[in-house]
Amino acid sequence: MIALPKTPRARREALEGYIFLLPWLLGFLLFTAGPLLASFYLGFTSYRGDRSWPDWIGFANFTKLFQDELFWQSLKVTVIYAVGFLPPGMALGFSIALLMNQRVKGVSIFRTIYYLPSVITGVAVAVLWGFVFHKEFGILNSVLEWFGVTPISWLFNSRWVMVAFIIMGLWGVGDGMIIYLAGLQGIPTELYEAASIDGARRMRRFWNVTIPMMSPTLFFVLVTALIKTFQIFTTAYIMTRGGPNYATYFFSVNIYNTTFVSLRFGYASALAWLLFVLIFLLTLLLFRSAKFWVFYAGEKEEAA
Amino acid sequence: MTVGTEQIAQTSGDGEGRKLGTAETIVTYIVILAGAVGLMFPFAWMLSTSLKPLDEVYSYPIIWIPSQIVFENYIEVFKKVPFARYLWNSFVLSVLGIIGNMAGSSLAAFSFARLRYPGRSFFFIMMLSTMMVPIWVTMVPTFVMFSRLGWLDTYLPILLPAYFAVPFFTFLMRQFFLSVPVEIEDSARIDGCSSFGVFFRILMPLSVPALATVAIFSFFFYWNDLLGPLIYLRSQLKFPVAMGIASFQTEQYANFALMMAAATMAVAPMLVVFFFTQRLFIQGVVITGVKG
Repeated sequence: MIALPKTPRARREALEGYIFLLPWLLGFLLFTAGPLLASFYLGFTSYRGDRSWPDWIGFANFTKLFQDELFWQSLKVTVIYAVGFLPPGMALGFSIALLMNQRVKGVSIFRTIYYLPSVITGVAVAVLWGFVFHKEFGILNSVLEWFGVTPISWLFNSRWVMVAFIIMGLWGVGDGMIIYLAGLQGIPTELYEAASIDGARRMRRFWNVTIPMMSPTLFFVLVTALIKTFQIFTTAYIMTRGGPNYATYFFSVNIYNTTFVSLRFGYASALAWLLFVLIFLLTLLLFRSAKFWVFYAGEKEEAA
Repeated sequence: MTVGTEQIAQTSGDGEGRKLGTAETIVTYIVILAGAVGLMFPFAWMLSTSLKPLDEVYSYPIIWIPSQIVFENYIEVFKKVPFARYLWNSFVLSVLGIIGNMAGSSLAAFSFARLRYPGRSFFFIMMLSTMMVPIWVTMVPTFVMFSRLGWLDTYLPILLPAYFAVPFFTFLMRQFFLSVPVEIEDSARIDGCSSFGVFFRILMPLSVPALATVAIFSFFFYWNDLLGPLIYLRSQLKFPVAMGIASFQTEQYANFALMMAAATMAVAPMLVVFFFTQRLFIQGVVITGVKG
C-alpha cells in the first residue's frame, strides 16, 4: 500500500516529515520499543543487574511465579482494589458530573473544587492521607466518632487498609468529571425534546437518552481508569510500603521491590510483562464488550 | 467533537437545558456544598495542622482551629532537611522537563499533523499504542541502560525522555495543530516557505495555548513524580520535593506538624498553578479525552 512519493516536492515533504518525526522515533526506539523487547528477553533470564550477560533459564521465572505467594498476593490485592474502586468511582464521578451540569449559581467554583483533588496528587497528598487515617489524631476517626464509631486503625489493620485506599481513591474521583461534562454538553438538546414529546419522563430520558449518548465517554473513562488503577504505586509506597502483612502489596509495589530491593531483574521483568499482558487482555475484553453497551450515534445512522 | 473551555467553564443548564425548581435547587446546593466541604477538608486540615503549636497537634479531642498561628513548624522543616534545595531542584526539573516536552512533542506532532510521507499512519498508530504500555515493563532495561551510561544520581534519566516526544503530549499537540486551518500555511508555502519556516514562523506562534497546556501538564508531572527520582537519585541534595518528603517521612513519621508543613509547601505551587491555568488544564483534558 505504501507508495513512494513521486514528485520532487512530495519527496522533499517526506524527508522533512521524517526529520520532524525523528525525536519521537528515537525516543520510541530508545525508551519504549527497545526496553520492551529487552525486558521480554530478561523475563526468561536470571539476570540480577550485574555486568555479566544474563543467563537464559527458559520458562523458569514463569513456573516459579505460579508458586510464588507474593505474586498471588499482589495480584489479589490489585484486583480487589480495582473491583472495589472502579465501580463506585465511575458511578460517583458520573454523578458529580451530572450535578455539576445543573444550572445553579456558582457552579464553576464547585467544579474547580471537585476537580482539584484529582489534580493535586503525589507524595505530599499521600502523606496528608496517612495523617487523615491516623488512629488517634486523624480527622477521619474524629468525624466517625460523632456517629459513635470506635476508632479504626485504618492503615495498620489488614482488614481496613483496602477500604482506606478506596476512600482515598474516591476523593480524587473528579478526574473524569471534565470529560463527562464535555460529553454531557455534546448531547443534542433535540433528543431530550423529542423524548419529552414522546412522553418520556425524567428517569426515562436519563436512561434512554443520557446514558446511551454518554456510553462512549463512559467507556473511554473506564478504559483509562482501569489502566491507571492497575499501576497504583505512590500512595501504597508512601502510606503503607505494601503492608500491613502485604495487604496493600500492589502489583507495582511487588515489581519495584523485586527489582530494587531483591535485585531480581529477570524475575521482575517476567512480573512486569505479566502485568502488561493482564492490562492488555482486560482492555481487549472491555473493547469486545463495547459493542453490547457502547452506543455510537454515527454507526446507527448508517445502518438505518 | 471539540468542546472549548469557554463552553465547559460557562455553560448553563443540565443536558436537557431545563431550569430547576426552587426545591430542587436547594437540595442540589446542599448536596454540592456538602461534597465540596468534604473534599476540601483534608487540605484545610493539612494547613491548620501545619500552623498549630506542637501540643495542639497531639491533643485529644482534636483541636480544629489553632488557638494561635505559629510558623515554627515551617522553620523546623528547613532546619531538619534541605527543603529549600528540594524546592529549587523541583523547580529546575520542572523547567527543564517543560522545555523538553514542548520541543519534542511539537516537532513530532507537526510531522503527524501536517506532513505527508510513507508510513505516517503506521507510526501514529504505534505511538498511540505505546500510550498503553505500563511504565513497569520498560523500567528494568531502562534502568540498566542509564546505569551503564553512568547516569545514576543525575537528572538525565528523568529528563531525557521528555526531549523525545512523549506520546501523550505529542497527541495533544497534534490535535491542536489539526484544528489550525491549513490555508494559513498554504499561502506561506506558495511564497516559498519550507516546512521549517511554516513550523517556526506560523504554527508555533499560533500554538501558545496548546504549548501552555503541555507546560502545565509537564509541571504537574515533574513536581509530583516519585518513581523517577526514587530509582535514579541517590544524594539527598539532588532530591526534588516529592522525593525529599518521601525520605523525610521515613525519619519523621510521627511528627505530623512537620510533615504537614512540608506537604503544604509541596502542594502550594500546584494549587497556585492550577488556579491560574485552570482553563488551559481543562482544555488539555478535553482535547486528549474527547475525540471523534
